[in-house]
Amino acid sequence: MTTLTAEQKSLVQEKATAIRVSILKAVTAAKSGHPGGSLSIADLMALLYYVEMNVDPKNPKDGNRDRFVLSKGHAAPALYATLAEKGFFDKGELENLRKIDCMLQGHPDMKHTPGVDMSTGSLGQGISAACGMALAGRIDKKDYRVFAVLGDGELEEGQVWEAAMFAGFYKLNNLTAFIDFNGLQIDGDIREVMSPLPIAPKFEAFNWNVIEVNGHDLDELHNAIEAAKACTDKPTAIVMNTVKGKGVKEMEGQAGWHGKAPSAEEYEKFVAELLEV
Amino acid sequence: MGKATREAYGNALVAVGAANENIVVLDADLSKSTKTDNFKKAYPDRFFNVGIAEQNLISVGAGLAAAGKIPFVSSFSMFATGRAFEQVRNAVCYPKLNVKICATHAGITVGEDGATHQSLEDIACMRAIPNLKVVVPADEAETTAVIKWAADYEGPVYVRLGRAGVDDVTPEGYEFTPGKAVELVGGNDVTIIACGALVGPAVQAAKLLAEQNVKARVLNMASIKPIDADAIVKAAKETGAIVTAEEHNIYGGLGAAVAEVVTEFAPVPVIRIGTKDTFGESGTPKELMAKYGLTAEDIVNAAKTAIERK
Repeated sequence: MTTLTAEQKSLVQEKATAIRVSILKAVTAAKSGHPGGSLSIADLMALLYYVEMNVDPKNPKDGNRDRFVLSKGHAAPALYATLAEKGFFDKGELENLRKIDCMLQGHPDMKHTPGVDMSTGSLGQGISAACGMALAGRIDKKDYRVFAVLGDGELEEGQVWEAAMFAGFYKLNNLTAFIDFNGLQIDGDIREVMSPLPIAPKFEAFNWNVIEVNGHDLDELHNAIEAAKACTDKPTAIVMNTVKGKGVKEMEGQAGWHGKAPSAEEYEKFVAELLEV
Repeated sequence: MGKATREAYGNALVAVGAANENIVVLDADLSKSTKTDNFKKAYPDRFFNVGIAEQNLISVGAGLAAAGKIPFVSSFSMFATGRAFEQVRNAVCYPKLNVKICATHAGITVGEDGATHQSLEDIACMRAIPNLKVVVPADEAETTAVIKWAADYEGPVYVRLGRAGVDDVTPEGYEFTPGKAVELVGGNDVTIIACGALVGPAVQAAKLLAEQNVKARVLNMASIKPIDADAIVKAAKETGAIVTAEEHNIYGGLGAAVAEVVTEFAPVPVIRIGTKDTFGESGTPKELMAKYGLTAEDIVNAAKTAIERK
């Protein structure tokens, strides 16, 4: 098990900030989208694409690549910002997010966006597709890994637990699911709307290896991913305690920023705040 | 009476599985009924039971296809297309993934299980989804040909299969081509366009009509989508009247698909044989076909009425 080096950490921090700025730029240009739940996974996205995952922007369909499924598809701006940063497509595309005749759809579209491994957006389905990819890897005796990111509110979808049962039963140890536990869904606090808590014991009960981390602590995240790789007989669920809107004080912990775009003035202010840190 | 199309499916799966190692099969705890059990016995390493979880069934299939496998996913039609409709739409058809949804126990010939298990809306639902091919084979030979085609075709397919035995109607040497109807009986007074379990009764109806000097053309329209618009327009122009026959609601199924083409390109009288916007009930397949107006005699009467309306 390797620990994150200082160089890696510094690179990931720099990329996470760049991703956050791109998220705000894209959502502001689109005048709609989901900034809150995109910002909460920005640290994870930077870590996955700059340290953890085996992917090549020049060969996005490589059969041996690691797969990424954004089961919480509404956080598409985070995925697009990461893929653009990594060089899967031109960063200029981000300003065309959600616009007519453009590549970057409101929710991920695997047919038209390089680097998107699964079309998602309807909650609960991505984790099942990730199970299918992990199963395919096992059948084909390939050593790629499959990473999926779910929202905490998404856990209210029954299909998530069909998939959890499946992955546990088939011991899909090449599958790692991250749960973005930011505590907020569109209608408010998940504890008040329809609580899926407790999360960790539920996955444990479905025979998963479960690790709880601070989703903004790169060392904790990296160590959890290393532990997932070392686990030979179970899929791993990494429950990430996160802050919705992380990085922009005005957005942090606000359900109102789930699906609302900043104004041009707010954008300038928020980006200045991000770049100060 | 020949084999049920689900029986033919079970056998055909083993055959395509032998030819292509990329084929995997998923089922949702109904493998003995859908006959995917045959594949499980032949290739246990490529068969996966998802349990009673049809939403996961379809989406796991999508993931397998996204990673290069060719999944055949099976359950009863009610659950594969009804319960998991949105998974079929969003996880399989929107990204045009190579998933074969082969659902059995479609239509009223499910019989004794009753209305909850008799899917009479699936053709309508599946036909409305872009990128999806919709096929209703009529008998054993056609099912075998359809499964062989589906294994080679790259893209999503819905194959509607039945529980009960059906008449063998497919000519020897037949190969399935999407968008191509097969003329089983020639005639110019009226055209009967049927699919699935109603193709046998359609051929029987043509014989009964011939005894009354009415020459009916019979088309087997296994390919509901794409549909053979040319054959329909030709039938409308040459015979001047059309009867459609299917074990499905008259809304949204084969009859609706034919009527859409006819009204747009060659308006002539069309009478639809199918369930009349009603749920089914328990009974033997034969009793149900009679009660819900799906027999050769019903087709004969509709044909005569259609001719009168010319």
